[in-house]
Amino acid sequence: MRILAEAAIDTRFANISNVLIYSAMAVFLFAFLAYAAEWTFGGRSRVARQSAALAGRGSLAETVAEAEAEATKAGQAPTVAVTVTRAGGGTTTLTRTVAAKAGKVDVVTRGDAAPPVDGVGASGGDEGADRLGRIAVSLTTLAALLDLCAVITRGISAHRPPWGNLYEFTCAMTVVAALLFVGLLTAGKDVRWMGLPVTLGAVLGLGIAVAVFYTDSEQLVPALHSYWLWIHVSGAMVCGGALYAGAVAAVLFYAKDVYEQRKGQELIKGGWWSDVFDRLPAAATLDKWSYRINAFVFPLWTFTIIAGAIWAEAAWGHYWEWDPTETWAFITWVAYACYLHARATAGWKGRKAAVLAFVAFACYLFNAYGVSIFINGKHSYAGV
Amino acid sequence: MTSDLDAAERLSSAPTEDGDTGGEVGIGVVGWLRWMWRQLTSMRTALILLFLLSLAAIPGSLVPQISASPTKVAAFVANHHTLAPIYQKLGLFHVYSSFWFSAIYLLLFISLAGCIVPRTWQFVGVLRAQPPAAPKHLVRLPVYASWRSRGSGSDSNAGAGAERTLDAAEALLRKRRFRVARDGDAITSEKGYLREVGNLLFHISLFGMLIAFAVGKLFGGMGTVLLIEGKGFSNNVSQYDDFMPSTFYTADSLDPFGFKLDRFEATYQTTGDQLGTARTFQANVSYWTGSDASTAKKATIRVNDPLTVDGSNVYLTAHGYAPVFKVTDAKGNVVFDGPTPCLPQDGNITSVCAIKVNDGYVDNNGTATQIGISGIFTPTAATDASVKKLGPHSIFPDLADPKIYLTAYHGDLGNNSGAPQSIYQLDTKHMAQYKFADGTPLTLPLAPNQGFKLPSGGTVTFTGIQQWANFTVAHNPGTGWALTSSMLAVLGLIGSLFVQRRRIWVRAVTSPDGTTTVELAGLARSESARIAEELAELALELQDTAPADVEADAEPIEESAVQEPSADDDKVAAGPTTTTTTKE
Ligand code: HEM
Repeated sequence: MRILAEAAIDTRFANISNVLIYSAMAVFLFAFLAYAAEWTFGGRSRVARQSAALAGRGSLAETVAEAEAEATKAGQAPTVAVTVTRAGGGTTTLTRTVAAKAGKVDVVTRGDAAPPVDGVGASGGDEGADRLGRIAVSLTTLAALLDLCAVITRGISAHRPPWGNLYEFTCAMTVVAALLFVGLLTAGKDVRWMGLPVTLGAVLGLGIAVAVFYTDSEQLVPALHSYWLWIHVSGAMVCGGALYAGAVAAVLFYAKDVYEQRKGQELIKGGWWSDVFDRLPAAATLDKWSYRINAFVFPLWTFTIIAGAIWAEAAWGHYWEWDPTETWAFITWVAYACYLHARATAGWKGRKAAVLAFVAFACYLFNAYGVSIFINGKHSYAGV
Repeated sequence: MTSDLDAAERLSSAPTEDGDTGGEVGIGVVGWLRWMWRQLTSMRTALILLFLLSLAAIPGSLVPQISASPTKVAAFVANHHTLAPIYQKLGLFHVYSSFWFSAIYLLLFISLAGCIVPRTWQFVGVLRAQPPAAPKHLVRLPVYASWRSRGSGSDSNAGAGAERTLDAAEALLRKRRFRVARDGDAITSEKGYLREVGNLLFHISLFGMLIAFAVGKLFGGMGTVLLIEGKGFSNNVSQYDDFMPSTFYTADSLDPFGFKLDRFEATYQTTGDQLGTARTFQANVSYWTGSDASTAKKATIRVNDPLTVDGSNVYLTAHGYAPVFKVTDAKGNVVFDGPTPCLPQDGNITSVCAIKVNDGYVDNNGTATQIGISGIFTPTAATDASVKKLGPHSIFPDLADPKIYLTAYHGDLGNNSGAPQSIYQLDTKHMAQYKFADGTPLTLPLAPNQGFKLPSGGTVTFTGIQQWANFTVAHNPGTGWALTSSMLAVLGLIGSLFVQRRRIWVRAVTSPDGTTTVELAGLARSESARIAEELAELALELQDTAPADVEADAEPIEESAVQEPSADDDKVAAGPTTTTTTKE
């Protein structure tokens, strides 16, 4: 037999990676349970929630007062404070108060430009539930880091990008989703509501990766020997992680929108579900998140497809041949273009657009998994 | 009210929906045509066509396509007697060139043109005009602030307030890179034109991509050729195994060049659960341009690393083994001596082979006949026990223990029947299988350098093994254009999705008592929450010139005009034009 010139696999790192994946999965699961507990216990104390909401408003007013006082007192650089007032019937007015040297200016925002009335959040203002929620966030961060380390050690063990097969691709995608979530929280965005679905997705993703797609850490098949693997596949992976969040937001928007409408028609009598829905952000906020994430990903997805086409040109002789994976990438792309168009078309924004966002994500999933498993194309994603 | 209408002009020049344009549509052909054109270029139609396009692309991923794999299509046709003709009629074996797929994307692009051209036109108009005049009632805009100033600010002299405030606001807005214009007692300004530029660039680039793709289809082409180590190829149609021309790429368009496969190398995984998975493939070739092979240069072709010669690329697409056989006839003459490529069937390169001795063979009786040997080649043979159970198969793709399991026929190979033949398979319809003396069919395994005697005289010897590689030679014009326009599309998208277009107005009026009333108002698309911050910052910066030092809201300006915008009307998002609502 010929001597094979191949870099050895460092099994030590491969083993560490496996242990880290299991740990990440366990921690994601705990985080998921903690979020679930936050939703559950937060719901119990309606009273606590309402008083918290009131307290919250009070503290905002205080902030303004403080800012004003400070500015007038010191006569220094004026500051801006923000207040949100909520009138009945779901209308809000957002006021930015510019506390100047000798007076104040209110910048009033209303109508569509004003922020919608969001629910108070999972904890419902309950202190115990809030603590659970914060524990959940810490656990999510920990799990994301473990997951990240798992992916990195896997890469070290094989001396190559750690996304050479579906197992690695799925693991890396959970890292992206979790880091995106943690990143948004760190940036001060109010997205803790996303914690439950994100950790659920991570647990399921890692579980399926380990149970169905697992392969030992190995070298790449020749078809994947290309620096485009770094660019094209990592692009697809980042898109996947982010689009999951976009789809979650779209689904929640749909549900909340239906809820708000029925509530407006006084068809909702309260109860546990109503309690959960009340604590979710407003439908308009969820819609905004769904749009922002999907719109952010769309150019990246476009770029990913282009990178794939360049790679195909180098590997197979033509940049576009309607190979099943290419076809489904195209379908996914057009579906997201549909979504973006729908958002700009009267009569299509809102729920119909949300359905399109969800369908588009289903196309993405089918492309990543369905096509690899059920349809044999030229794309050889090893290890399935 | 016209100024209010101007202000409320949508910040996107997207076509508005047109449910009620009936008034303009006259009866008659022109009216109908206009109506149809308007329908076709509406956003709703674009949306539906996009949706149809994605639906229409699906069958091509499920039904085998002629372009990708003619053999799979043939197999499908053979196995589905009722479905296949229907599929054929519907063009399901060539979805992406079928009439219905073409119809959808052509309609989409017509719609796109009908959308882009007026939009571009309109946008040029916007760029040439000043930012729209300030609405009369700034207070009605979604983001609004006002204060009064006696002008006791740092270095002011009372009374000159309005002018100075406007000057300051103008400077501040210019610093923020707004396009600014004076409009009487107000300043009007706008920013974020790149959004529209990006959107137009994106949609226009789609045309670029379509054209590049069409050019590739019309002027491009490819061919495939299988080369055994040591064999050469020169680029003309007769040397191709398979040549796929296009409308304008024919036998005459081929670039003159040639290459020779010196050696093919592969490495495979030798341990772990991916045992046998290929790790590297590489073809070492010598190539030349023109027809002079003596000027050959060396090159390596790998899977993701084609060789570019002139306007053509040479890709490595497949590889396999070619066992070398030597066949002699009853008189001892060598009638065949050479490699025969075998077709791999699985990851371990279990391959099927057909060795065809067309002429020269004469048997014991002096009769000329044709000889066919069909075999299964295994680079690393499975154990005998395993072969007995599962038939001949390879357990590793490299040549660790090569064997070929073969059986031989004599008679008519059927070459002259006119029907195309597979080089990997024998057509045994007119052939008889050789038998052992005891009457059982002659089948046996051979290792290299082993052979056997043909019952009708002569010998068959398995003398060695070579490798072959399959190459695709492709000419792809338009690729650079496709790349450029797709990159522009991404650039356009980034502008279109991330730039916020917005307008800010500032009005300052000094009343006889010397106080200046300053009003700021902003308008942006609803996805942008930043406009309020921007306005607040502006208000802050204006404090140096026009400090808020008169007790506010003694009597709010035009408060009577304020009304509740309803949340689900896009027009309202862009500015309240619906002024019919009465005050409670
Ligand atoms: C060829 C297929 C098309 C694709 C892939 C496509 C894709 C897109 C995408 C991704 C956007 C989002 C950018 C944004 O929201 O600003 C967009 C926006 C837009 N598209 Fe298309 N489009 C296509 C055809 C058309 C056609 C036929 C029309 C005209 C009827 C059209 C009109 C518009 C308009 C007006 C916008 C801007 C909407 C807004 O102001 O937000 N597009 N398109």
